[in-house]
Amino acid sequence: MIKYVWLVPFFPLIGVLINGILGWKLEKINKGIIHWIACGAVGLSFLVVWMIFRELLNLPPEHRHFEIIVYNWFTSGVLSVNVAYLVDPLSITMSLFVTGVGFLIHVYSIGYMGHDEGRYYRYFTYLNLFMFSMINLILANNFVLMFLGWEGVGVCSYLLIGFWFENKEFASAGKKAFVFNRIGDFGFVLGMFLLFFSVGKYTDIYTLNFYNAMSHVKFIPVAVASAVGILLFIGATGKSAQIPLYVWLPDAMAGPTPVSALIHAATMVTAGVYMVARCAPLYLHGHSAMEIVAIIGGVTSFFAATMAIAQYDIKKVIAYSTISQLGYMFLGVGVAAFSAGVFHIVTHSFFKALLFLGAGSVIHALSGEQDMRKMGGLKDKIPVTYWTFLIACLAISGIPGLSGFFSKDEILGKTFASGHYFLWFLGTVTAGLTAFYMFRVLFMTFFGESRVEPDVAKHIHESPATMTVPMIILAVLSAIGGYIGVPHLLGGSNRIESFLEPSFSYGGIETENLFHHVPAGTEYFLMIIAVLVGLAGIYVAYLFYMKNKSIPENLVKKYPTLHKLLYNKWYIDEIYEAVFEKPGHFLGSVLWMIWDELIVDGIVKGVSNIVRGIGCGLRFVQTGSVQFYAVGVLLGIVITVTYFLNF
Amino acid sequence: MEIITNHLLTILIFLPLAGAITLLGFQRDNDGGVKLIASFFGFMNLILGLVLFFCYSGNGAVFQFVEKYQWIKSLGIQYYLGVDAVSMYLITATTLMTAICLVASWNIKKYVREYFLCILFVESGVIGALAALDLVLFYIFWEVMLIPMYFLIGIWGDYKRIYSTLKFYIYTMAGSVIMLVAIFTLYWLNGKGNFEILGMYNMSIPASKQMLLFLAFFVAFAIKVPLIPFHTWQPDTYVNAPTAGTVLLAAVLSKMGVYGFYRFALPLFPEAAMRFTPVIATLTLVAVVYISLIAIVQKDMKRLIAYSSVAHLAIIVLGMYLLTTQGVQGAIFQMLNHTVVTGALFLLLGILFERSASRQIKDYSGLAKQMPLYATFFMIAMLASVGLPGTNGFIGEFLLFIGIFKANIFYAVIACSGTVLGAIYILWMYQRSFFGPLEKEENKKLPDMNVREFGYMIPLIILIFVMGIFPQYFIKKFNNTTVSFINTVKTGHAVSMIIDNK
Repeated sequence: MIKYVWLVPFFPLIGVLINGILGWKLEKINKGIIHWIACGAVGLSFLVVWMIFRELLNLPPEHRHFEIIVYNWFTSGVLSVNVAYLVDPLSITMSLFVTGVGFLIHVYSIGYMGHDEGRYYRYFTYLNLFMFSMINLILANNFVLMFLGWEGVGVCSYLLIGFWFENKEFASAGKKAFVFNRIGDFGFVLGMFLLFFSVGKYTDIYTLNFYNAMSHVKFIPVAVASAVGILLFIGATGKSAQIPLYVWLPDAMAGPTPVSALIHAATMVTAGVYMVARCAPLYLHGHSAMEIVAIIGGVTSFFAATMAIAQYDIKKVIAYSTISQLGYMFLGVGVAAFSAGVFHIVTHSFFKALLFLGAGSVIHALSGEQDMRKMGGLKDKIPVTYWTFLIACLAISGIPGLSGFFSKDEILGKTFASGHYFLWFLGTVTAGLTAFYMFRVLFMTFFGESRVEPDVAKHIHESPATMTVPMIILAVLSAIGGYIGVPHLLGGSNRIESFLEPSFSYGGIETENLFHHVPAGTEYFLMIIAVLVGLAGIYVAYLFYMKNKSIPENLVKKYPTLHKLLYNKWYIDEIYEAVFEKPGHFLGSVLWMIWDELIVDGIVKGVSNIVRGIGCGLRFVQTGSVQFYAVGVLLGIVITVTYFLNF
Repeated sequence: MEIITNHLLTILIFLPLAGAITLLGFQRDNDGGVKLIASFFGFMNLILGLVLFFCYSGNGAVFQFVEKYQWIKSLGIQYYLGVDAVSMYLITATTLMTAICLVASWNIKKYVREYFLCILFVESGVIGALAALDLVLFYIFWEVMLIPMYFLIGIWGDYKRIYSTLKFYIYTMAGSVIMLVAIFTLYWLNGKGNFEILGMYNMSIPASKQMLLFLAFFVAFAIKVPLIPFHTWQPDTYVNAPTAGTVLLAAVLSKMGVYGFYRFALPLFPEAAMRFTPVIATLTLVAVVYISLIAIVQKDMKRLIAYSSVAHLAIIVLGMYLLTTQGVQGAIFQMLNHTVVTGALFLLLGILFERSASRQIKDYSGLAKQMPLYATFFMIAMLASVGLPGTNGFIGEFLLFIGIFKANIFYAVIACSGTVLGAIYILWMYQRSFFGPLEKEENKKLPDMNVREFGYMIPLIILIFVMGIFPQYFIKKFNNTTVSFINTVKTGHAVSMIIDNK
């Protein structure tokens, strides 16, 4: 099956072509055909990935590496790029959850988008196009094909954020996402070029193939490797919404909720982390770049968590939470705990997709309401949503036994072991904040008295099975998904780590001294602290939003500036607007109106006026005699040519 | 068949002229017949253009389809035609764009016969200039395409048409006259008594003389492209020209400027070209940032696309001058992309302006709802223009940037920043005119694309994807040509270094 890996992106592509070209017709005939095609395509992809995964498991670890070339994309001089796919533990792990979660969200969309007349086929076309791009991003064996997926998912995100484009703000949010991603891609492309030429310079191997380039990355100077790493990471900060390019993600919540779940939580936004993991040897070699990844990750996770605690829009809270969790993943890969980072990608995709689908189910039940101040008491009215949401909240808060616990603990433990004590501290505090804001959402939405507007309250209903079944499956995965990576400390064998390891450790770079030996006692201690902090967060949320509801109001009154700062997300959007957008526009206008139109064109017009003046003076030469003109022309040419020749 | 392939270039040049003459035989008011016949000739030439494309062998000699006859013996002027891969591609692209322009112009109301006649004339001129391997022959065709352009803008243009066409004409003419002088100087210097371009490639002109000659050619082509600071004719002219005129200017004539650099300025005066490269790099890089910033604040859709066209062309010129394999190949590939994509964007704008008089962005909103198919096509062309992978724009930009990077990292950083700015201005325009609520009453009546419009747009849309997904099919045809081009320039440079040292 491995040599048929191209089928994985191929199925969604077929879905795109059928629905994209014929969808408008199919929608009139029978909407069912559209979603059957779309879901079927992703389902088939998942099956293929699953079979490849089984095959891979049967092979000895050192043979789990295949590169399947489909065709030569383009060749120019020493540069040759193939459309080719890479099958190794990392790419298959990623593909498994991307196609799996992707399939569930496709199914969920049938229920969620069912009411959207006239644009149903577009939605599923975009969704399939997204899957196609995302699979290319993950399975690509070289940077350029990865970049195809990288930009492709960006476009799908743009199209889907602005899916309800009649709303100006939604359309604007889509553009914002695209532009911020473009800024990141600017760095990504330059990093790719620098890697290409520096590996070429020191080894005479010109390649953009991952394995080939990464195997030779140790021959380039450390400073250059760091520069490449930083440039590529700029791309990652755009795609994975990290400081300073994260601002597009909260706005991206304008899109339909399944899209937020699929693209802006489970899959696309983790692409940056995946890219860093894919380039593990490069980052191990250029360790200052890796240091920056860890710092940005740690700081972002804390910073985004602070913004999440003051939001009232249910989706916005989860969006900031996503930024924060992505920060954890970068923290993980930034301290060389690559498999821990990828492990968190996987568990996060389960519980975060579930949180969004749960939020979507709430919004669906409340006829589109997203403000938590107008919710409350939904626990008994939409029980399935409540229970699954609860599991997701427990998982993200790091309650022992659930998936989030294992992966988060792995990252924090490795951070500590690598000597980044401050980042470990920041991460642990963030864990408390995470538990707090998630349970704040839970309590405000499902508990207490109902604050739902009366005419909305009449229509509250549990979502249809196409929505609840995917949620239940994700809830099960959120609960037990962590058992693929139970640490040795707790008697497990950390299967995911040993499975992924060959994908990171082939660059021939010394990695032994990266982690100190941490005594088992300390490890237990760290684990207990993290759990206690999480529980404390939940308790505070209980105190604030269940027991004594006046506390939050009092706090707001007591610290109005801090609240305003948090509520307005530290005014980062406003600062960007004042520093970049406005001056850019001003500069553009000045250049156009004053420099281009007035000065450059003015000089041109000036010249023509002078010529006209001379022309008036020379009018008498116009005798009308052709011979006279001919002589003039000839003389002119002779004079100039003579001048040229003697110059 | 033999006779066709032996004289393919001649037929390609003169078939449109024959079409123009046939049109003269029509009654003035027989508009339907005129449109059909003109489109027929355009279509026939397109088929010949495709024959040229398929018959040009990427593995054969660099110059193919050569025809060589004495013309004015006493002056050494020859009727000497031949194409390398670059001119072959540009000729094929010209036949395609002309055919599309002819079909796209069916809604012209006044002087229909003359309008189509002008378009066919332009086609002849362009193909002639591309195929000519004799300097004088080239110059004649170069001037021939100017005159019908002048009328196209002046008669069928928008309200500022006279001003625009004069500006266009004087600018281009000024460039051409300087070039003519340089052509005669070259003849004198060559001393072989002919105007063969290829023979002049190894003339080894002393560096001191190269400078002025290079400048003379450079200015003529820089105006045509246009490069800053010679660009101020361009926005006015593009905006005021009728749709077919704009498409011809942007998609076809602008390439003539780049082609001029490729065929003349660089290989004839390699030493001068290399010495001027830093200046040209500065001009083009300033253009990328400066023009993009200006494009962001434009209120007129057509003007915005016009500026974006300048910014894209600047990168192409830079890639050509830096003489890296990827840069030159990227430049050539991107020339074809620019023809397809900018052509598509202007054609699409033309479709909109035929339905609604306004060109202002603020007069539109929610077009995606009213004209979904149109909006989809526009989106595809727009994404190709910002170089989205999977479209042709990506391949061109990628090769260009990697080529520029190889020559100079600093240049590459600035050039790449253009991709960010490019996304900003065009996406913002799309957002304001296509998204948002459908507010204006008159916009609620706009019909979507009709069958004819769909028919002439779809080839371009397909090309965008085919060239993006299977670019190697196109690249392999110009591999040999680019290698020989770079060798010619570099050898020329080395030789003149030796001469100078003596």
